[in-house]
Amino acid sequence: MFKFVDVKYMDILDVPSLFIEKGKITTLVGASGSGKTTLLRMLNKMLSPTQGKIMFKETDLVDINSVTHRRQVTMLSQNPVVFEGSIRDNLNIGLKFQEKSLLSDDALLSMLEKVNLKKGLDTSPNALSGGEKQRLALGRVLLLNSEIYLLDEPSAALDDETEETIIHRVTEYVRKDNKTLVMVTHSKAMAEKYSDTMIEIAEGRCQSIRGCKRERSY
Amino acid sequence: MNGVIDLTVFQVGLAYIFVLMVLIIVRILGIKREKELIIASIRMTLQLILVGYALVYIFDNPNPMITGLIILVMEAFAVHTVLGKYKNKLSLPMKKVIAFSMSMGTLTCIVYFLLIVVRISPWYEPQYFIPIAGMLIGNSMTGISLGVKLLLDGMISQRALVEEALILGATPQAATRSIIRNTFDAAILPTMNSMLGMGIVFLPGMMTGQILSGTAPTTAIAYQIAIMLGILGAVALSVIILLKLGYRTFFTQEVQLQTGLLDN
Repeated sequence: MFKFVDVKYMDILDVPSLFIEKGKITTLVGASGSGKTTLLRMLNKMLSPTQGKIMFKETDLVDINSVTHRRQVTMLSQNPVVFEGSIRDNLNIGLKFQEKSLLSDDALLSMLEKVNLKKGLDTSPNALSGGEKQRLALGRVLLLNSEIYLLDEPSAALDDETEETIIHRVTEYVRKDNKTLVMVTHSKAMAEKYSDTMIEIAEGRCQSIRGCKRERSY
Repeated sequence: MNGVIDLTVFQVGLAYIFVLMVLIIVRILGIKREKELIIASIRMTLQLILVGYALVYIFDNPNPMITGLIILVMEAFAVHTVLGKYKNKLSLPMKKVIAFSMSMGTLTCIVYFLLIVVRISPWYEPQYFIPIAGMLIGNSMTGISLGVKLLLDGMISQRALVEEALILGATPQAATRSIIRNTFDAAILPTMNSMLGMGIVFLPGMMTGQILSGTAPTTAIAYQIAIMLGILGAVALSVIILLKLGYRTFFTQEVQLQTGLLDN
């Protein structure tokens, strides 16, 4: 689905070759500052390689309209931002940006349940904790029903138990609809458990790419 | 109506008592502003004397080339003033947008105002063209200057929101919608406030000048109403062109944020 050809981004990332498979869950692991987020942002076209090219479905990303691309390859940032308004507004805003129809309150509440956020739709998101904001942003992204998801540390601000629940639900959702997921995670154990392929990055280079024997089946 | 009282050089000289008064006050208060005050007073006097004589010549010898040249100088000065305020903070495309919006916004309104509303003849009649163009350009300069500041501030302070919107698949226009809305609102607010206070809180300078020079108050008011509407149009048009073209300069062709501009 994504193919890296001699990609470099300044002196932060150097990926001579990499292939990310369609319909699979790929995790990026590595120390902080190793280039994981840079790689993820390049897949979403928020950054462009300073050298080399990234092919998406056989087309060079340079030739694909950035806005159109981001509407099918949806990313969750590491430090999600909440917009003005209520939780309802924040859940709907992605759909609004993508000029899609807004969802009913029932659909929004069901998403809040999926991301384990027990709050009313009229609540102000400013009152939420860091972990709750992260889950709200995750819900906002999942509502977009995209073909490909890029999640940057979706569980960084969560406690272990919530992290497990959230990752389990997200991967379950992705597999059920045969979507593609690329996820940055600090936890190798979580990567081993839930992904098909784990890419280890250190100092801007892919150190290893290996398949994971998932313990769970869906 | 009584005739106009001509001021003699001696009478004008008497008005300098106010400068003397301010000089005494700043001296007593220990504010070191004497030098600037004297320079400002001398500069203002010299500039106005020169402009006065220049206008006498221009009004006596109407010429489309001279009128055109004066408008060009006014536009260039206004653009230069705005650019000078934000020296290193503006990209080259943004500077071009400022020059374009200033010229397009004001020239459109000047032409409409003089040819359709006032209906001057010949079209370059300097007695009307120069003061009216000056008012429209001056007010648009203030509006554009405020617009540039607020657009820059908005892009810097709301950078994270704009970037998040892009990540979620927004177009640059949608991502900056609230910044543009707030900036436009704030940039035309001074003009709207001055419209609200006009005639009650203060008598506008143009009207005062006309009345002092012997024009009937009703004529002066008719001109003032028309010119205020012209100013509103010129400010609004210049600012909206600035914003509609200006926000794009913060994005690359790949629809990524021009981060270098926002790091200052």
